Amino acid sequence: MTLEMLLRWVVVPVVQIAVVLGVVLFCVAYLTLLERKVIAYMQVRLGPRRVGPHGLFQPIADVLKLMIKEDIVPQKVDRLVYWLAPCIALAPAVVAFAVIPFSGQPVAFDIFGQRIVLTPWVTDVNIGLLYLLAVSSLGVFGIVLGGWASNSKYPMLGGLRSAAQMISYEVPLGFSVVGVLMLAGTASMVGIVHAQQERGWWFMFPQIVGMLLYFVAGVAETNRAPFDLPEAENELVAGFHTEYSGMKFALFFLAEYMNMILVASIVTTLFLGGWLPVTFCLGYIWPAVPEYLANPLAAWPFHFTGSLWPAVTGLAWFGLKAFLVVFVYLWLRATFPRYRYDQLMRIGWKWLIPVAIANVMVTALVLVLW
Amino acid sequence: MFQTSEMEINLGPQHPATHGVLRVVLKLDGERILDAKPVVGYLHRGCEKLGECRTYPQVVVYTDRMDYVAAIAGNLTYIEAVEKLCGIETPPRARYMRVVLAELQRVASHLVWLGTHAMDIGALTVFLYCFREREAILDLFESYCGARLTTNAVRVGGLLKDLPEGWSDECRRFCEILPGAIKEYEALLTQNRIWMDRTRGVAVISAEDAIDWGLSGPVLRGSGVPYDVRKALPYEAYGELEFDVPVGERGDTYDRYLVRLEEMHQSRRLILQALDRMPGGEVRAKVPKRIKPPAGGEVYHVTDGPRGEQGVYLVSDGSDTAWRCRFRSPCFVSLQALADMSRGHLVADIVALIGTLDIVLGCVDR
Repeated sequence: MTLEMLLRWVVVPVVQIAVVLGVVLFCVAYLTLLERKVIAYMQVRLGPRRVGPHGLFQPIADVLKLMIKEDIVPQKVDRLVYWLAPCIALAPAVVAFAVIPFSGQPVAFDIFGQRIVLTPWVTDVNIGLLYLLAVSSLGVFGIVLGGWASNSKYPMLGGLRSAAQMISYEVPLGFSVVGVLMLAGTASMVGIVHAQQERGWWFMFPQIVGMLLYFVAGVAETNRAPFDLPEAENELVAGFHTEYSGMKFALFFLAEYMNMILVASIVTTLFLGGWLPVTFCLGYIWPAVPEYLANPLAAWPFHFTGSLWPAVTGLAWFGLKAFLVVFVYLWLRATFPRYRYDQLMRIGWKWLIPVAIANVMVTALVLVLW
Repeated sequence: MFQTSEMEINLGPQHPATHGVLRVVLKLDGERILDAKPVVGYLHRGCEKLGECRTYPQVVVYTDRMDYVAAIAGNLTYIEAVEKLCGIETPPRARYMRVVLAELQRVASHLVWLGTHAMDIGALTVFLYCFREREAILDLFESYCGARLTTNAVRVGGLLKDLPEGWSDECRRFCEILPGAIKEYEALLTQNRIWMDRTRGVAVISAEDAIDWGLSGPVLRGSGVPYDVRKALPYEAYGELEFDVPVGERGDTYDRYLVRLEEMHQSRRLILQALDRMPGGEVRAKVPKRIKPPAGGEVYHVTDGPRGEQGVYLVSDGSDTAWRCRFRSPCFVSLQALADMSRGHLVADIVALIGTLDIVLGCVDR
């Protein structure tokens, strides 16, 4: 094996995976703090403040606590499934990040005399969107199996609810992205953003219905308020993870927050133009604006050259958009009561699915007629 | 081919939505409730027996701890019964002050109800908004008598003491912010699609059923029966003050929600009127140190507490302790309607149901 092959096929992917995983895990940890802070301020409270300045080290304390906590395994659980369920819940959430393009510009640099190109996505497969749909729907198995393996009544109800909910919302979720697929003509996540760049508008505008549908179904898929029935604490104590404790519980928790970030990233990529800068349509008047915003560090007064800076700027734009989507998640949680099981089903089957199908039809019709 | 079975599930006694230690044995068919059997008694402290072994003034502290969310209402019912038994007249100032305190307590209690009820249905923020205003009321109580929850402020023949300086201004200031605060809760709930879906048509009680079950307070009025002890059998200064009795139309959870919100507005009206018309003078009548009602005396007295008709039945034997003491708890009576109300609803509704009945377990178990 030559040095080039080693670098290209082993070192680079490992670094990419490590960076993505590290950043995502860091974001998950701080998302918990963000959630507590944002909701606290919405609720005339201050949120965590004890650990570190303004509670900034709270996630670290939380993680440490969960790690050293006693892991209680109830006697009558199905041991193998009980142990596997949290892993099954977490794994799809992690691997789904493989195809998310966090920024547009690959970073190239020389090392040991070799030209190395680091892309800001782990991989760009041509079926990226399908891969995401396939992988993200696996996460529900963790919840269902966890609820079932606990051999307890409340978790079982939580698991059942979750199964029904996921099946109902998987359908509109799939349909809602078909419009984007048709517009972009590719299922590659990077390709979808490039398609938006070429057209000069984000898919949010023609596909606003699709975006709302995707977001609503995504909230339901991630079991977040107002669709947090599987873990409705006031009805089912803690839902499917009632019997879980310690690190196993933490894995479920991690999976939920990771899925939130994942949905936000997908919404950003598909509908909000991914790493493209926010220009407020100024590009139509001054074409230089998008170019400048895509890489402001290359212009006055910085004049930074190199491929790193556009990548960083893209990452910032991506992060900003994803943050806004995540913020809406938290906002929803602080505002809305919880739906009831039958109402949830009714919305899924009677509203979301017909609207999603109609959206696909209309998009197809418009594309054919134009 | 498929075998289905009913599932029995234990909701409580330690469950986040049962507001204390209520246990409900649910029989479920999937998510549908076939039967709900409330099991009470986890908070039984024998208040009635204690009421027979302690002197009359000593029992007041137990009434604090029965309905611990509305201590003053409990104090008031018991004290009035004792006063009726002994034939003690309270000075007019005390009568108005009692109205102010009792209505503040009603607002505080309704705020706790609204917050917890909304939280059970999943609206977290309302809870903290409500507790923000409740905090102001508790501060008023604290500055009046030093205690926030178990006030023990009402005494035989009047009240603990006169209002401290500036108290009525503070109270008026609170009355000023209250309507805006209620508007805030309403903005989050009243027209909220999910809230309406969760409460409209849920747990409908017809007026006949409500009367047959002996329901009282907002639960009865939500079913459209305009019965309020404050109007029907006026006590204290209620006969001299103006207020409306809000009633619901459909008798569902949403109507009971609206009735309680309107009751807060009416309470505010009462507080302001009572503060304006409050006469000067003594706040405590001259009563003997040891209260000994005449032997063979018997009295049943009801007041309209935040949760409904609170009753006290006392029989004296001439000593300084009651021969028989019985408390009628509105929550206990409401709770019996739970089984019939919940049949056919979903699991998620049971918490809305427990919330809408507004039970306090200390009051249920006594």
